Amino acid sequence: MKYVISLLAGMFVGACAVLALLYYNPVTSRSTLSPLSVTDNELINLNYSAVAQDALVYTNDGESYMDPHPAKVLQLWEKPIRHTRALATVLTDGRNQVAGIGIKFSSDSELTNILNSSVLVNSVWHIYLPESGSLFIEQVENHWGYMREVVVPARWSSGDNWRGRWHGNITSGPGALGIANVVGGSGKFRGLEAGAVESLSARAYSVERGPVAMTGQLTIELSKEQTGPETE
Amino acid sequence: MFKSFLAGIFLGIVACAAVLNYVPVVDQYREVSMITVSQNGANIETFHINVPMDRIMIGAPGQGTPLPVGLEWPSDAELATIRAELFKIRNEKNAVIGVASRIAASDTLAGDVIEWVLHLPARGSVYVSMHVSPADGGYRFGDMRRGTREFGSLQGRVTERWVANTTGSEDAPAGRIELQTSLAAVRGEL
Repeated sequence: MKYVISLLAGMFVGACAVLALLYYNPVTSRSTLSPLSVTDNELINLNYSAVAQDALVYTNDGESYMDPHPAKVLQLWEKPIRHTRALATVLTDGRNQVAGIGIKFSSDSELTNILNSSVLVNSVWHIYLPESGSLFIEQVENHWGYMREVVVPARWSSGDNWRGRWHGNITSGPGALGIANVVGGSGKFRGLEAGAVESLSARAYSVERGPVAMTGQLTIELSKEQTGPETE
Repeated sequence: MFKSFLAGIFLGIVACAAVLNYVPVVDQYREVSMITVSQNGANIETFHINVPMDRIMIGAPGQGTPLPVGLEWPSDAELATIRAELFKIRNEKNAVIGVASRIAASDTLAGDVIEWVLHLPARGSVYVSMHVSPADGGYRFGDMRRGTREFGSLQGRVTERWVANTTGSEDAPAGRIELQTSLAAVRGEL
């Protein structure tokens, strides 16, 4: 019997060792430097609040840690969309002026693999910027850094919350260098094929309510020939 | 006893790593795709939205009754010509399989714009630009500009039309928005 107990105790220690190694693995530190920071092309920065209560509409399956907003919004409870979130938000420019409307759909990815430090989300943005045009952004997000450095510490905290300063890129593909694919639909963006990076800046997180103070930023690269008005 | 403890550590490491690697963390539920193939080889799939049941949001200025209740659409002049809507979308068996956004807008640079994004979590997304003027029969045609994942190697056309409900049943929707995609593989990417 004592051999069985020591075997089980060893297995428990071994499993804990794997989890601790994954969690504290310094090789998988968060990405803070955008691949677009070295580009010569014009960049558009669009900001939004990542707090559900600040959105025009935020909805999910109704059972996740973030409550839908407004409270009576239709929830995504059906099986095929249970792991999906929808966000409609006002986008602002670098001067905090209203720039347009953004709609984001994000779904948990089946390629998520904790062993690879990958908490993946497939997401798309549908954006309309008045007097500029429309954009579609396709990306794969990796939330591992955000989970490890914000969400898990909040859960471990005796007050069930986290406060601090966290900034990281969540875009991890599908483009080369881990950037998102952007397609222009209308206006001066028509025909545009470019890259983008989405980042999050968190200052407060609550286990009960989700992000309390967090902003998101989309940095979109425009190639030089795409910055003029439509000539079609 | 110490040897069994060491063996346990090894087994624990292997078992934990195996579980993390092989047990899926996310398992997206899939409805069977209801696709027909046209004579030219394109995959034709029809989706619909029951109105008003599947409408999540109508974002437009000056609405008497906002949808959802409590929505505060911004009154900024820049957004005055935008109408943004969110929906759940269904397949031909009337099962919800995804979500969609429709943006209709008008401005001096872009002109009139009507666009859809269909997002099917287990399959991918489709971005469509519609022609503004409807064709005969109430159809509006559009071109797929980009697809992701399953739709990434496809291109083709999409039609939308409003189909009013004529059954007269009280529980029935007022009608449905019907979206039909006709997509084929890009040459050389079969």
